[in-house]
Amino acid sequence: MNTPTITSRWTACGESILACRWILPFLLVVGGILSFVIPSQGLLNNYGQLILATVGINIILTVSLNLVNGYMGEFSVGHAGFMAVGAYISAFLTVKFFPYGAAPFYGFPAAVLAGGIGAAVLGLIIAALSFKTRGDYLAIVTLAFTMIVKSVLENIDAVGGALGLRGIEKLTTLPWVYFWTVSSVWIIRNLVYSRYGRGILTIREDEIAANLMGVNTRQAKVLAFVVSSFFAGVAGGLFAHQLQFINPSMFNLIKSTDILVMVYLGGVGSLAGSVLSASLYTVLLEALRPLGIYRMMFMPLMLILLMLFRPRGIMGLRELAWFVPKRDLDAVSPDAVPPPEIKRPLGNQPG
Amino acid sequence: MPNPSYFFQQSLNALQLGSIYALIALGYTLVYGVLRMINFAHGDLFMVGGFFCFAAATYLGLSFVPTLLLVMALAALLGVLLERVAYRPLRNAPRVSAVITALGCGIFLEHLVLARYPYPQSVPELVHNVTWHVAGLSFSSLQLLIVGLSVGLMLLLDFVVRRTMVGLAMRAISWDMRVVPLLGVPVDRIITFTFALGGALGGAAGVMYSLAYPVVDPFMGVLVGWKAFIAAVLGGIGNIRGAMLGGFLLGGVEIFVAAYYPSTYRDFVAFALLLGLLILRPYGLLGRPPTQKV
Amino acid sequence: MLEIEKLTHRFGGLCAISDFNLSLQKGELMGIIGPNGAGKTTLFNLITGIYRASEGRMSFEGQELVGAPAHGIVNLGIARTFQNIRLFKEMSVLDNVRAAHYAHVKDNPLTALLRTPGFCSEERRILKRSQELLALFKLEAHAGKPAGSLPYGSQRRLEIARALATGPKLLLLDEPAAGMNASEIGQLMEFIAWIRKEFNLTIILIEHSMRLVMAICERLKVLDFGTTIAEGAPAEIRVDRRVLEAYLGEEVTP
Repeated sequence: MNTPTITSRWTACGESILACRWILPFLLVVGGILSFVIPSQGLLNNYGQLILATVGINIILTVSLNLVNGYMGEFSVGHAGFMAVGAYISAFLTVKFFPYGAAPFYGFPAAVLAGGIGAAVLGLIIAALSFKTRGDYLAIVTLAFTMIVKSVLENIDAVGGALGLRGIEKLTTLPWVYFWTVSSVWIIRNLVYSRYGRGILTIREDEIAANLMGVNTRQAKVLAFVVSSFFAGVAGGLFAHQLQFINPSMFNLIKSTDILVMVYLGGVGSLAGSVLSASLYTVLLEALRPLGIYRMMFMPLMLILLMLFRPRGIMGLRELAWFVPKRDLDAVSPDAVPPPEIKRPLGNQPG
Repeated sequence: MPNPSYFFQQSLNALQLGSIYALIALGYTLVYGVLRMINFAHGDLFMVGGFFCFAAATYLGLSFVPTLLLVMALAALLGVLLERVAYRPLRNAPRVSAVITALGCGIFLEHLVLARYPYPQSVPELVHNVTWHVAGLSFSSLQLLIVGLSVGLMLLLDFVVRRTMVGLAMRAISWDMRVVPLLGVPVDRIITFTFALGGALGGAAGVMYSLAYPVVDPFMGVLVGWKAFIAAVLGGIGNIRGAMLGGFLLGGVEIFVAAYYPSTYRDFVAFALLLGLLILRPYGLLGRPPTQKV
Repeated sequence: MLEIEKLTHRFGGLCAISDFNLSLQKGELMGIIGPNGAGKTTLFNLITGIYRASEGRMSFEGQELVGAPAHGIVNLGIARTFQNIRLFKEMSVLDNVRAAHYAHVKDNPLTALLRTPGFCSEERRILKRSQELLALFKLEAHAGKPAGSLPYGSQRRLEIARALATGPKLLLLDEPAAGMNASEIGQLMEFIAWIRKEFNLTIILIEHSMRLVMAICERLKVLDFGTTIAEGAPAEIRVDRRVLEAYLGEEVTP
């Protein structure tokens, strides 16, 4: 689908910076250094750092939701629910179990990881439900799931009930956000360009045909949901320790809608699109803050216009060469060498 | 049930809430039945209906019947407009693009109303509420009016879809949108009509809601809308009688859980029940699984 | 190789297949013909596990097929094509073939997520096999294009290539000649004979085109309304009275 179609276009314009894959490791290293330098040298004020961290968290959310909604072609609206689980588990752990001081070194990463794993376990349940229901019905299952998570959290007094959990330390730092953002994009990219990823794609294309071509669609679904919800949980953990206060109604349908908008804005089945749209959306939303309430009228208008003129989002079904493993890129490049000397039975047929 | 009169009162409440859910659910199911797409802005049509009702009663000082008719007409118009903006241009685009434009329209409507009314508004009393006491049970005229009117509208709709040419055309489009134009069915006009019908029902639900719970706020369409959507799915989306059944079922569950258990459990039980039902009957109570041809 | 005994399948009250028996030897090329709605595709759907048979037994190389999941049946070595082409249209031609290797990869999800060296060597192997298959089917120039953008004939070829990528011993072809003209059917005949030899296949062919089945099949079965009305070599079928009646109406005398 996506990849090869566009990558060939990008590689076709050979001089384009975007096609030069060696720039990527360079950029990644620069980004890593910046994530340390920006806070320590005060290159950006707190507000700027907050926006950067939010961009990172939104990238994680968008890329991971794209796995289910874009690559697998389901319509999950439950991402806020997974996020909530991750946020609550990790915040509960750092608040109750990891003492101040020690938390940043081992407590915080362990807590975020635990949040991700907790969310992934619930993802497993949703995946099991997705064996029987598909399409709009699965959308409802995820919707109901979000509501149940919210409602359960409101009834657990240990995490503050409807009032929420307060007194979370601000442990989310730029380097951590950077680390998780890069890992999530890398791991999801690895998944997408593996046999499991191709299995996930075939579910979107034609599930019955996929089964008949030997794809274990259940396995592929489980993997997609587990990985996707894991990173939603991680994003939730980062979010909680950034805001230092969470309550159940933060993770409502409006939050899910936000993530959905970023996914479809960027383009389904495009990692580049997700990264791009999450960054754009977050920054733009902040930039438009002076508009006050009209900001929230402007955003949907933009979205509508974009959909009318580019129904498949900014990137459509295309991918940037940076996000494609070299082997997959080479396999479809125009100057790929065909295997030599094969006896073909179809010599007289048009190619 | 320890107290029969309490139980009876709650049943009336359940019928009232259920009929509102059912009216909104019908809007979802109508559009879904024809276009095979979820109208994610429908909850906001309901919300705008509530505000129209508020405006008609407050500024124009209209009484109940003109308010209802006016609101239904305006909401129908809004539904048609929504179809023109969000659905028609994208009919050949990926399904999900139209879903997103509809979501966008919904968010736009919410904030448009929010910009005008930053705070929840209370709706003046449109119908004088009388309570009758019969044999130890009390009936409120408002509840009877809401339930009666909703059921009337539903029966009317059921008649339109099952017994008229327009209804036949709607069902035909839902069957196969590419073939139907070849048979001389004006697809565009039927789809417009469907959205108008759905909008009118949403508007009517908005009026009923602001009669029953006389405060309107710009985000009320989100939760109530999604719940009604769930009701539609519960019954089997695309199925009109299913939507009614689902609406009353959800209303019943919510009211009775809140009546006998702490009200914070309401959503949990309602949605857990929904999940359970969907696991047992993946395509809703009255829905049929899509036939898959190999 | 494939043993089917008393296979019966009903949709509601309708009997789509009744009392179907088949014993297929390794290396055979068998044709199944019959008018529209005779139950031919239903038979394929039963064998490949899309439907679960109401009654009867099926086994492939001693393994029971009734009740096995569809992807499990593929892994036993049964692959198929579809009457109405069902490619993964938005995926590239290459990925269509690579996706069909799903069952033949020895790795686990964790190695894929972390892209370990072991995983990469498996990927290389699959890529190489897929490219060879594409080259064999003269599709390598289109590797990067979405499968849905190929012309009809190429899509048919790709579907067969994809089926072969699953590593089948038994190939089920569902009306491969649909929509082809006479000269294309001629080429298809050569082609089927060739893949049969090259991939060491046993083939069951469903077809409308009498010319095709008569020319290449060693044995034919004729279905009508779900029941087997004749069976034998093409020459015998050609003159079978019941077959002619089923195809041409009752008044025909042979």
